[in-house]
Amino acid sequence: MRRFLFIFLVGLVAACDGDGGNGPTVIPAPEPEPTQAATFTVTTTNLTVAQPLSPLAAIIHDSSVRAFSIGEAASDALEVLAEAGDNSGLLEAIEGLSEASGDAPLGPGASETLTLALPDDNTSGALLTLVTMLVNTNDAITGINSLDVSALAVGDSMTLSTNAYDTGTEANTEATGTIPGPADGGEGFNPARDDVADQVTLHPGVVTADDGLTGSALNQSHRWDNPVARITVTRTQ
Amino acid sequence: MKNVLAPFSQALALALALAAVSPAQAVQFDVEIINLTRGSYFTPFLVAAHPEGNNLFVSGEPASANLQAMAEGGDISGLVADVAALNATLSENPAGGLLAPGASTTTSHDTDPAPDNTRLPIVAMILPSNDGFMGLNAVEIPTEPGTYVYNVPAYDSGTEGNDEIVGSGVPGEPGYPAPPPVLASSGSGGSGVNAMAEGFVHIHRNVLGDDDIAGGDSDIVNTVHRWLNPVVRVVVTVN
Repeated sequence: MRRFLFIFLVGLVAACDGDGGNGPTVIPAPEPEPTQAATFTVTTTNLTVAQPLSPLAAIIHDSSVRAFSIGEAASDALEVLAEAGDNSGLLEAIEGLSEASGDAPLGPGASETLTLALPDDNTSGALLTLVTMLVNTNDAITGINSLDVSALAVGDSMTLSTNAYDTGTEANTEATGTIPGPADGGEGFNPARDDVADQVTLHPGVVTADDGLTGSALNQSHRWDNPVARITVTRTQ
Repeated sequence: MKNVLAPFSQALALALALAAVSPAQAVQFDVEIINLTRGSYFTPFLVAAHPEGNNLFVSGEPASANLQAMAEGGDISGLVADVAALNATLSENPAGGLLAPGASTTTSHDTDPAPDNTRLPIVAMILPSNDGFMGLNAVEIPTEPGTYVYNVPAYDSGTEGNDEIVGSGVPGEPGYPAPPPVLASSGSGGSGVNAMAEGFVHIHRNVLGDDDIAGGDSDIVNTVHRWLNPVVRVVVTVN
């Protein structure tokens, strides 16, 4: 709409110019506006009732890197995040244009906003990834994976409802001593990969002791359904 | 500004009206089907493009005999005949057998010979389950070049009780068929979950399973074979 109006005004100017008939008018070039770094806010809401989310890892990167892919084995850095909730390795492993970390676990029902600023106003090829662990699980994560934010105009936003993924690095025994979250206080990262398949898929959900899984440290409250989080990305600058 | 734009709004409305009555446009597109589940397999897929106004199934209504054969035993031959009768463009079994958890398969379609084939259904049985299936229900095929993602849920055909024991894929017979990889991940000796055929197609309430590999009620394993929707992601790329 704005562009159309601009063309319309240019048309008027050209018409006036023609009427004068005194040759070309030199219009000085406008001063270049100072470029503002493209800036995004990312607001994550935990939609579960009893699955705190580990400190968020948010990264804007290009297409040369990807946090995970369905059907492929998880990276070691993702395994650490998914089993222990520690995002430091993933933030280091993914070469980003901009990155941010949550301050603390994000409790059920809570929201947190992270801000990511690019080096300049060039958003070409910018992809957003956000990963966090559902801490009362063996190795469940949620988030967004290489979301294209390059075409987001200032003031525009996108909202996504996210599913839970199983990183496939640890069997979903739910056994006492294997879950790092407050439901158990058990082990976090263990380098052994003993799941039914060493690949990322969607998560089947937790069974829990209340639904007949012998030895599970979890109860009915730790179950969830998709979506597990809502994430709104807004370009603010 | 409103006045300036008004003629364009009218022109746009006219263009939309013209588009609505213009003949359907042939589309060349690829379909990628990704099994998102942790431990479930899919039997051979039926992927088709057929004219508007047809559905392989309708939620809340009883399944056809051909849908039942697909949902209970993975047999798509009846549904293939149904869509072939509609002059559909179709591909059968693009994965060449079972599609494993985390695996994907791709097939290509061209509706140039039949441009009225504007609707895309995809169905396949989910294993282990008695009569569960993934169903993309005749979505409109996009015509603008680009990539379109569909998250597909699991349905229950409502034709068989979900007793969750290894058994038969023949319509009307209890149990679920267990080809080698499904058998290998299943338990055995289950006494059978007490369940009746529901009588109509609905979103599947998920399998129950249990943690007793050699007994219990169910031969389905509760930590491996459950799912949360979506169970399949379909990526349509219009060329």
